[in-house]
Amino acid sequence: MTTTRFQQLISRNQAALSARRKIVNAVMLSLTGALTLLALVPLFWIIGYVFYKGGSSINLAFFIKLPGPLGVAGFGVLNAIEGTLVMTLLACVFAIPPGVLAAFYAARYPNTPLGIVLRFSTDVLSGVPSIVVGLFVYALVVKAQGHFSAFAGGLAIAILMLPTIIRTTEEMLKLVPPTLREGSLALGAAEWKTSLSVVFPAALNGIITGFLLSISRAAGETAPLLFTALGNEHYDVWQMIVSGIAQKQNVFQILNRILDQPADSLPLTLWKYASQPYPERVQQSWAVALVLMILVLLIEIIARVWVESRKRALQG
Amino acid sequence: MDNKTAVAKPEIVGTKPASKMAIKNLSVFYGKFRALAEINITIQSNKITAIIGPSGCGKSTLLRAFNRMNDLTASARMEGEIILDGENINASGVDVVDVRRRVGMVFQRPNPFPKSIYDNVAYGPRLYGIHRKNDLNEIVEKSLHQSALWDEVKDKLHQSGLSLSGGQQQRLCIARALAVEPEVILMDEPASALDPISTLRIEELMHDIVKDYTIIIVTHNMQQAARVSDYTAMMMIDDHRAGQMIEFDETQVIFTNPKDKRTEDYVTGRFG
Repeated sequence: MTTTRFQQLISRNQAALSARRKIVNAVMLSLTGALTLLALVPLFWIIGYVFYKGGSSINLAFFIKLPGPLGVAGFGVLNAIEGTLVMTLLACVFAIPPGVLAAFYAARYPNTPLGIVLRFSTDVLSGVPSIVVGLFVYALVVKAQGHFSAFAGGLAIAILMLPTIIRTTEEMLKLVPPTLREGSLALGAAEWKTSLSVVFPAALNGIITGFLLSISRAAGETAPLLFTALGNEHYDVWQMIVSGIAQKQNVFQILNRILDQPADSLPLTLWKYASQPYPERVQQSWAVALVLMILVLLIEIIARVWVESRKRALQG
Repeated sequence: MDNKTAVAKPEIVGTKPASKMAIKNLSVFYGKFRALAEINITIQSNKITAIIGPSGCGKSTLLRAFNRMNDLTASARMEGEIILDGENINASGVDVVDVRRRVGMVFQRPNPFPKSIYDNVAYGPRLYGIHRKNDLNEIVEKSLHQSALWDEVKDKLHQSGLSLSGGQQQRLCIARALAVEPEVILMDEPASALDPISTLRIEELMHDIVKDYTIIIVTHNMQQAARVSDYTAMMMIDDHRAGQMIEFDETQVIFTNPKDKRTEDYVTGRFG
């Protein structure tokens, strides 16, 4: 067997090259591993620290009672939990339908003037600081109505959610294979019917993930609520529903009661408690942070489980 | 322009079956680019017509003209006539929904909707206002029988269509197309993404259903064209990169005694 010139050349270098490859490989692997761990540190640090600081102040009353006077045990932040849920839900109602429809337009007609304007303004809107959005809603709604309200708070959060919903939904719709659309259109289905019953279900899992992202962000917003929802230590949705039914009010009257008064939210309460000079309040603000984290996590887990089960049903 | 005399050969001699579709001077433009140049062809009823030719010669464009799918491409424009049972479906006043119900389509890659097997097949009938459970059950079963899929899926109709194998998915798509009882079925390389056994099943299925339908198939596979089709149209691009039809005849003639040298080179594998 004859060896070529090339084989002679590399056989001399083989040992050195092989050792070098192994070392570089090991170094790069440990580098990426170490940096991955480093990136995870803040996440687990935050979660661990919040559990450590806030865990001791959490008890059942914390979830089911309104705030009480300083120094008295057995009170909670029910107002903030309910307020967060109410305003986040309201924001979803305001933001999701127009956001999804706009995303359909952007995905279907990306190069029309309206499509271009839409994408550009979505990018701009997502860059607007949240406090500016709060001020905007203050000028638009709070000033006009003459009082702060959960409605204004929900609206401010909705404006903040809108760009995320439009962009993620648009991206997910674009991922749906065009042949799926064509399959429906070739059967004679109209564009709207195709979008609604073929394209949308095919993209739904990703779209839900986009909703989750924006909901998690929205539930943690503080700044836009300062000028809109303001805060309300007596905000008790359950009580309003019960007394509303007792007074024979209809659904709209009860809804009006819930939405038309100042409301509290977890991040707002956290901020207020943490900036007070009393150690007890500061302690409670850690607990509020923990509740907020758990709430967001819960929403996330429930939606994930739902998406997963849907995926399994689809893949068979 | 003098090879145009060889282009148009819509007349078929011998036993003369009923004509289902007549394409007259059809040209398709993408913007200013002419993709198809003056196609003339007559499609016979209850026969399988194959369209063959090298890549990029406009076979799919031609096929997509037959049910106005080219309308979906914003820059596409059609000239000429497509006569389906005496009516020009290319005329401006024609309802494209009606055209697509009468002229169904099966795509290159199986594209079942992310729905159950049942809902995939029932999708078309529901579009046309059929909602009674019994009616739908009957249509779904009949369509799945026709596409030779019924025995494999009858116990799992409510599982997702995506859970099936590739070949089954393609037969599901055929059942979906058959469910609205089209008159013509267009197949755009329906077996190119499938293994040989699945391909064979699709071909058998085409043979089984052609007594009730008229089938037009685009294929890159010469053996497939020879095996399944009654008539074959040979396409090629001209000097201006526009697709044109260079020969159209009974499949047997195209494969054994073609009149055009280019057809002979292509079907014998010397070119393309």
